[in-house]
Amino acid sequence: MNAPLIIDRRLKAVLRGLTGLVLLVVYVPLVLVVVNSFNVDRTFTWPPPSLTLHWWNVAAHSTGARHALLVSVEVALLATAIALVLGTSAGLALRRTRFFGRNVVSLLIILPIALPGIVTGIALNNAFRTMLGLELGFLTIVVAHATFCIVTVFNNVQARIQRLGPSLEQASADLGAGPFTTFRLVTFPMLRSALLAGGLLAFGLSFDEIVVTTFTAGPQEQTLPIWIFQNLFRPNQAPVVNVVAAVLVLISAVPIYLAQRLSGDVVSGGAAGAH
Amino acid sequence: MLWLGVAYLAALGALFVTSLWAQNDFTGEIERVWTFDNFRQLWDFPVYRTIAFRTIGIAALVTAIDALLAFPIALYMAKVASPRVRRLMVIAVLMPLWASYLVKAYAWRGMFSEGGLIDWLGSPFGLHSPGYGLAATTITLAYLWLPYMILPIFAGLERVPDSLFEASGDLGAGSFTTIRRVVLPMAFPAVVAGSIFTFSLSLGDYIAVTIVGGAGQLIGTVVYANVGSANNLPFAAAFATVPVVVMLIYLAAVRRTGALENL
Repeated sequence: MNAPLIIDRRLKAVLRGLTGLVLLVVYVPLVLVVVNSFNVDRTFTWPPPSLTLHWWNVAAHSTGARHALLVSVEVALLATAIALVLGTSAGLALRRTRFFGRNVVSLLIILPIALPGIVTGIALNNAFRTMLGLELGFLTIVVAHATFCIVTVFNNVQARIQRLGPSLEQASADLGAGPFTTFRLVTFPMLRSALLAGGLLAFGLSFDEIVVTTFTAGPQEQTLPIWIFQNLFRPNQAPVVNVVAAVLVLISAVPIYLAQRLSGDVVSGGAAGAH
Repeated sequence: MLWLGVAYLAALGALFVTSLWAQNDFTGEIERVWTFDNFRQLWDFPVYRTIAFRTIGIAALVTAIDALLAFPIALYMAKVASPRVRRLMVIAVLMPLWASYLVKAYAWRGMFSEGGLIDWLGSPFGLHSPGYGLAATTITLAYLWLPYMILPIFAGLERVPDSLFEASGDLGAGSFTTIRRVVLPMAFPAVVAGSIFTFSLSLGDYIAVTIVGGAGQLIGTVVYANVGSANNLPFAAAFATVPVVVMLIYLAAVRRTGALENL
């Protein structure tokens, strides 16, 4: 599909120029973070007086950062697992029933991503502490994360189901397969790439989440974003924070690579998977 | 579904109930007495009104900036770029989305810092970094949420058939007229869909505000302070209902445009 001729040369040049400019502005801060992790100076002085690997060594031995990283990975894995199970069941359940108030349900699904994160955060904080009388800790972080991770899985599953339609499953039933056999041999393989994409997104969201986490984490448990936020304003820790930030920027290429291998599914899911 | 319904809606409802409770000034204990004091306090102290309107203003400004920046990029991606370039562009736009939100806000702290990159770039022209404050907050928020605006508009523009461009051209419209009269109206629901994200995300943000906002207070920072150090959960709950109400009004207002189907 070639570009329509009607967009004239001049406008194309303008669009190309604007696009290049914005992309430049988008990437300069990220490059700055990576360069700064080698900066000898403890502040953000530009240009850096000289470069060093010293801070990378210091960061590699920081127990606080390492422990926080571990907690983050554990929370993200658990929340993703819960979201995969519940998001898939919700997607499958909603398909079969054309019940009263479907629009209400679709609005309900948009709500956790359409409302500001801070509202979700203090709503859950309030529910855990004053309503349920729970101690904030590891478990409450996982539950909070799962709540918004479900949305991304659900969106991906829902989109896939609507595209495929019920005919394959009906064929399977006609050939004598029970509901579980049909799910195992027909439904699940159809959903597999959608689940991978949704799971990847859920993991990324959970790993990166800080607002809801701040309100649902106890004083003992720190995820990596919380650790960064707490050390950000300490001049002594700034170089270590720089290195951790640089690592996170570099790691962010991994899910993009994975997503490309899974075809374009994450593209559509990404827009709907806000904080 | 049950999870969403129980965990989320119940928590939201409980939040609203809490906002109607009082707090004992002396002990700091929450007293389960029904009162509108928290809301009255919100209205009576001009500082809270200022903060609420300032937050809404910044969220609107961020949304406008993002829409202006995102439209040309999305148009370029959807209608000018070759399929190969388009694929690369989608990756280029998505990649910052996966980079940690916190790291991006932190990067802008580095950009705006004294003696940082913006100072360095501006110094030949006698310009200085605006420093940490509301301007820095607006720029950082616009930067953070830009991909959420680009992607829906891109998806919306991709659905505009090429033949419409040709038809418009055959009827004598120039490129700019075509964009104004044909493309913009068709892309409008997508822009609104993107604005739901940028607006809502800006309304509730307190991390970026804390990092680059200097002394400037927004709804998010006040709520955060009241849950944390000030430990006045009922008042925090009352203030947090402001963005919820604003968002619900906004969602209700844009439902007609069909934007919700574009999410």
